[in-house]
Amino acid sequence: MLTPTVAGKPMTTATLEQVWVALEGLTDPEIPVVTLRELGILRDVRSGPDGLVEVVITPTYSGCPAMGQIEDDVRATLENAGIAARVITQLSPAWTTDWMNEAAREKLRAYGIAPPHQTKPDVSVVRFMRRPAADPVACPQCGSTHTVVTSQFGSTACKALYKCLDCQEPFDYFKPY
Amino acid sequence: MSATIDYLLHLADNAVVLGQRDAEWCGHGPILEEDLALANVSLDLIGQARLLYQRAAELKGDGTTEDQLAYFRDSQAFRNYTLLELPHHGALVGYAVADRDYAATIVRNFLYSALMVHVWDALQTSADSTLAGIAAKSLKEATYHLHHSRDWLVRMGDGTDESHARAQAAVNHLLPYTEEFWTVSPAEAAAVEAGVGVDVRSLRGAWDALVNDALAEATLTRPQVRGYVPQGKVGLHSEHLGFLLAEMQSLARAHPDGCW
Repeated sequence: MLTPTVAGKPMTTATLEQVWVALEGLTDPEIPVVTLRELGILRDVRSGPDGLVEVVITPTYSGCPAMGQIEDDVRATLENAGIAARVITQLSPAWTTDWMNEAAREKLRAYGIAPPHQTKPDVSVVRFMRRPAADPVACPQCGSTHTVVTSQFGSTACKALYKCLDCQEPFDYFKPY
Repeated sequence: MSATIDYLLHLADNAVVLGQRDAEWCGHGPILEEDLALANVSLDLIGQARLLYQRAAELKGDGTTEDQLAYFRDSQAFRNYTLLELPHHGALVGYAVADRDYAATIVRNFLYSALMVHVWDALQTSADSTLAGIAAKSLKEATYHLHHSRDWLVRMGDGTDESHARAQAAVNHLLPYTEEFWTVSPAEAAAVEAGVGVDVRSLRGAWDALVNDALAEATLTRPQVRGYVPQGKVGLHSEHLGFLLAEMQSLARAHPDGCW
């Protein structure tokens, strides 16, 4: 799972901080208000064993079609900035929506997507038995928790469809993963 | 090493075959929400298959790619459970154009995801660290699939006379195929020996509990199962897999090495 990338342009020896800054502008192709760092997809920027900068990303849903685009975006951004780096895709620890901080959640809400609840702790295999009682999802428009799920799956792998019974707005809910 | 590769192919073939089957509902779902649901479930399954094939290809180390493993092996080489290749209709339907029955789809997805939550849970400690990483991700997805299919199983079973009858018929038709879960193939035995795989027999109690709980809530009866044990995971398939693969593989085989 290791793909070295060498930029075509003259390379500069960027500091790790500069690489973080260069990548900070990258957002999810489907949710352009949150950055890859905020989503927890961009895991790390570090110095590799050979001194080359390594950018570590982790996939979200196994089949998320945006991951290819995201990886291309990272490579293109590094190349345009003339930064020599290799992009490493890391599976473990598995991505979780719990990595999103409050600021990122607020951006989702402002964009009309209800942010994910914290995932339930893994207590035992008993958790598979029945769907746990769902915490109420607050409408991102009016804040009401008087909402219903209309579809457990939505327009992207990471979202479900809800409807607010107070303001009647349909909205996306970013599923806890 | 070959034990790990064979085991990865078993897991990957399961995911890709069910992913392909469920994708048949894309554009044909009984309601829009379920059309979306099945397409998303397929996407997760095919994503899991890709990660598993990539790992198998990496271990082979001879330049094999994930695409070669998915598109250029014939049905005898596939190691998926027979359950997953069956069409979406009931027993004794002799032709592929029969109306699909959503009850069959839901029951199959339920029986499979009820197994896979336990398999992925156990594989999080696999000696193959990449497989352990894939398992941790897949567990999250399988749990969601389980909840989705279980909700519908209960809704159909405890629904109208018609939906109850169809759900019961699907359970009667499909449950016998799960006998294959509990036999240990040589590939599985080798993977367990290597610390890479899980002994499925150790999961049977948990699977039974899950299935019995759901069937009871759905007011469905669990049929007595004995006799025939399918052998898809050792490469002996039903007549349905060839047609499924023909559809899935024809484009890649018509344009080998094509990319866009």
